Amino acid sequence: MSHLDLLTFARGSALNWALMLCVAGVVLRLFEIFGLGRKADLAKPRAARPGSGWRTMVTRSLPPEGMLKHDPVTYIGGYVFHLGLLVTIFFFAPHIEFIRSMTGLSWPGLPAALVDALAVAAMAALGTLLAHRLNNLVKRMLSGIGDYLAWTVTLLPLLTGYLAYHHLLLEYTLMLALHLFSIELLLVLLPFTKLFHTFSLFISRWYNGDLFARKGVAS
Amino acid sequence: MKQAEQLDNLPGTVGEGLTQRGISRREFLKFCSSLTALLALPPSMASAMAEAISKARRQSVIWLSFQECTGCTESITRSHSPTLENLIFDLISLDYHHTLQAASAEAAEHAREQAMKDNAGKYLLIVDGSVPLGNPGFSTIAGISNHDMLVETAKGAAAIVAVGTCAAYGGIPKAGPNPTGAVAVGDIIKDKPIINVPGCPPIPVVMTGVLVHFLTFGSIPELDELGRPKSFYGETIHDRCYRRPFYDQGKFAQSFDDEAARQGWCLFKLGCKGPVTYNACATTKWNDGTSFPIQSGHGCIGCSEPNFWDAGPLYKALSVPASATSEMLGAAAAVGAAAGVAITWHNRSTKAAANTAHEKVTVQELTQEKK
Amino acid sequence: MTASLSKGINAFKEVIDAPIASFFSSCVHCGLCAEACLFYTETGEAKYTPIHKLEPLRRVWQQEYTLLGSLGKLLSLSKPVTDEELTEWEPLVYDSCTLCGCCSMVCPVGNDLTYMIRKMREGMAASGHAPEDLIAATTRAITIGSPMGIKWPAVQAQIKHVQADTGIEVPVEREGADYLVLMSSMEIINFPEYLSALSRIFKQAGVSWTLASDAFEATNSGIQIGSSDLAREIVSRIVVAAERLKVKCVISPECGHAFTALRWEGPNLMGRPFGFEVKHILEVLDELRAAGKLKTRGKDNRPLTYHDPCQIARRGGVVEQPRRLLSEIAADFREMPDAGVMNWCCGGGGGVSAITRAEPLRLQVFKIKKGQIEATGVQTLVTACANCRIVIEEALEHYHMKIEVVGLTELLAQYLVEENASPIPSPVSGRG
Repeated sequence: MSHLDLLTFARGSALNWALMLCVAGVVLRLFEIFGLGRKADLAKPRAARPGSGWRTMVTRSLPPEGMLKHDPVTYIGGYVFHLGLLVTIFFFAPHIEFIRSMTGLSWPGLPAALVDALAVAAMAALGTLLAHRLNNLVKRMLSGIGDYLAWTVTLLPLLTGYLAYHHLLLEYTLMLALHLFSIELLLVLLPFTKLFHTFSLFISRWYNGDLFARKGVAS
Repeated sequence: MKQAEQLDNLPGTVGEGLTQRGISRREFLKFCSSLTALLALPPSMASAMAEAISKARRQSVIWLSFQECTGCTESITRSHSPTLENLIFDLISLDYHHTLQAASAEAAEHAREQAMKDNAGKYLLIVDGSVPLGNPGFSTIAGISNHDMLVETAKGAAAIVAVGTCAAYGGIPKAGPNPTGAVAVGDIIKDKPIINVPGCPPIPVVMTGVLVHFLTFGSIPELDELGRPKSFYGETIHDRCYRRPFYDQGKFAQSFDDEAARQGWCLFKLGCKGPVTYNACATTKWNDGTSFPIQSGHGCIGCSEPNFWDAGPLYKALSVPASATSEMLGAAAAVGAAAGVAITWHNRSTKAAANTAHEKVTVQELTQEKK
Repeated sequence: MTASLSKGINAFKEVIDAPIASFFSSCVHCGLCAEACLFYTETGEAKYTPIHKLEPLRRVWQQEYTLLGSLGKLLSLSKPVTDEELTEWEPLVYDSCTLCGCCSMVCPVGNDLTYMIRKMREGMAASGHAPEDLIAATTRAITIGSPMGIKWPAVQAQIKHVQADTGIEVPVEREGADYLVLMSSMEIINFPEYLSALSRIFKQAGVSWTLASDAFEATNSGIQIGSSDLAREIVSRIVVAAERLKVKCVISPECGHAFTALRWEGPNLMGRPFGFEVKHILEVLDELRAAGKLKTRGKDNRPLTYHDPCQIARRGGVVEQPRRLLSEIAADFREMPDAGVMNWCCGGGGGVSAITRAEPLRLQVFKIKKGQIEATGVQTLVTACANCRIVIEEALEHYHMKIEVVGLTELLAQYLVEENASPIPSPVSGRG
């Protein structure tokens, strides 16, 4: 099997299955969550609700006052990683083309050099966060195999993408195939690991914002 | 162009031949310089190469054509005359090539057999086209199946050059569903050095360059893991493409006739396979260095790669799923929803059972009885 | 009949709902909730990380309500929750969580951890893993009527004192009154000034109010121990009385969790919306102030700060009212760092103050409050929760800090403009 064959498989059947498993898994998990239901709150909510679920969904992206200095590594590392990853996924032209092919949506990309720099920053942040996870007592206690697995499958697409783009380590076509395989691994694991927070954090934030808003607090 | 009767009049060495034909040493050196550049050899090698080629005996070459379209031959004949590439053919003794030779029928086959006998162990075998294994009758020459002719001719060859993607990797005949059971030369011949010169067709100067290398050094050039000469197939089209800066800047043509396309922006989104195609098109170009597909406004289709015909749609960007569709995802979502309904039903039963099993907590029941 | 593990697990299964499933799904183990928990920040012990306190509940969710978890359970790959484990978790779920809600405010994925701890306590109580002291307090609340064992005659005695002191009649069992006033055990025993202050303020404002002989106690140990069945029984006494007396509004006293129990949990425990309103006393006082019915004279010149009780501010939405009220009477009001909805807990809420064995821990974590108070440089701390007040007073004594703690209602009463009333008491005379 030549490298191009591997890439053809990665772009073809492997990708189809990974995408389907991911979509089916996400839908399943959403059912799993929402299906449990929630009792109606019979307590009369405050008339003036300074917050709401939708508001918290957005505002929770910023650290509450004073929290940044409590754990700057997690916050700054988290921002750099997430922003780097988001830009890499959504603003690298080949990735936009991927999204356009599946959804028909498209937008202008960013220069490859900028995306490249942010991908490097995201990987550096991931490294830092792993070191922090291993050194910080709380994080180490909370961490299990799932956390390290999630870390690995998140790093791999970034790393293989970077190596492929720069023609490092392995032949480009092979690296591109590995890049796709790593994404497929990520897609399959996403619904069933903590990576599902990609979706569920919006649900959680909505509930949080709603629960607090009923009591008149913007959370 | 070989004329059978001409063969007898040809001089013994290449140098003699050149002199006979009035090619000056200066002209020949110039040609060798361009070849050293092409082969990625130091410029100082040019005179050594000229020396080697001049003294070389005319190399006997047998060219076999199997399941092919003659595009490769068409391509090699486009080595514009009166350039020296053309003359190189006079420097070799092309003893058998059923498109180019004048002889036919038994005389033709006799020429091949004679060459094999006269130059046993020394002749160079060039093959274009793939070999059908599905049924020997799919492709025969003089009643001999491609497979048998290849095996027979390969036996006494010094080396084999598989010209074109069909001979090198199976090419279009091997594309799914591969009705003839086509395979590459390398799938059949395992005991001879094989140089793959893929491309559909290969660049003329790449073919001649490989021949020159063999003539000069008497050996095969350094090959990559797919059996291709590294000097021609070492880099991707994308890496050497003059439109590469547009890719890096994120400037892409969205259709073949939009303003971006007219501005010469990158064709990645239109399905260009340049990033995964190893070939020299972007540097040597075609038709005497005139242009190459990307320069002419069409993306690379990756014709020199194994199984390129089955490597996803030609006009879909490389980063786009080859066959995934939104219908597929819709179906997956439906399956997920069905499973979700099932698990929701299960979860609700679990929860309902827990609610039923609930025994009202009283203050007397806040501690466990000591066993 | 007895508590048992199976009852506890059953309760876990009952309480797990869509929000909890979403919260557990979202957790990325970032550990930031620890930074919002004073039990972690002041001890540095990782086990006090809020999400860690929920581990048994999380496992029940995973094993019962997720596809992969159910498969794991089927193949005996997952570890079931055991009695030993719940015993180990008891101090984490009760002694070291005041349900203050700070972690719920900072969790980056939006998990309302406090919501989950409250629900988890249902299973802890049902499985017999509630702290002894909370069981005792709840037993008193159910059998006697008050967690501190106070009965109506004790209240009557206090009413007599108040009437004698103020010359104002304290209305009891007055049907059709606008407001039903509740008190907390602490106020009945430790802070009698509350009833006296309220009588005077209401008299002046012309508010029609009443006490109920069978529903004077606002606190709800059922909420703290985390048993809805018991909480319902306790809260129903108030609901029955309020409906019998046909009041328009029930006033929750200066007590944090009592407000939560009645205002937010009450209707859900009863399974129906209330026909009356529930307000915290600060809300009522601020309404009176806005209506011009609460007039004060003079200003307190002492530097003052205000401690936001968690259940009143962060989990009650009463933040601006105390500040507006204080601005009427405080000449030198100073906010603590992190004041308002991000205020640090006193360390004794959510039932922690009732757990004797938790006292050293409670005093240890008070250091964060201590720092906050010291940053303001005041000698007088105002608050609006009797539990916060007693916890803070005890801790101040432990740390040898000479700081006076006063309830906001009684402080207001000191500056009340009263027609035909006794002279204003000296502002510097605090609690006796």
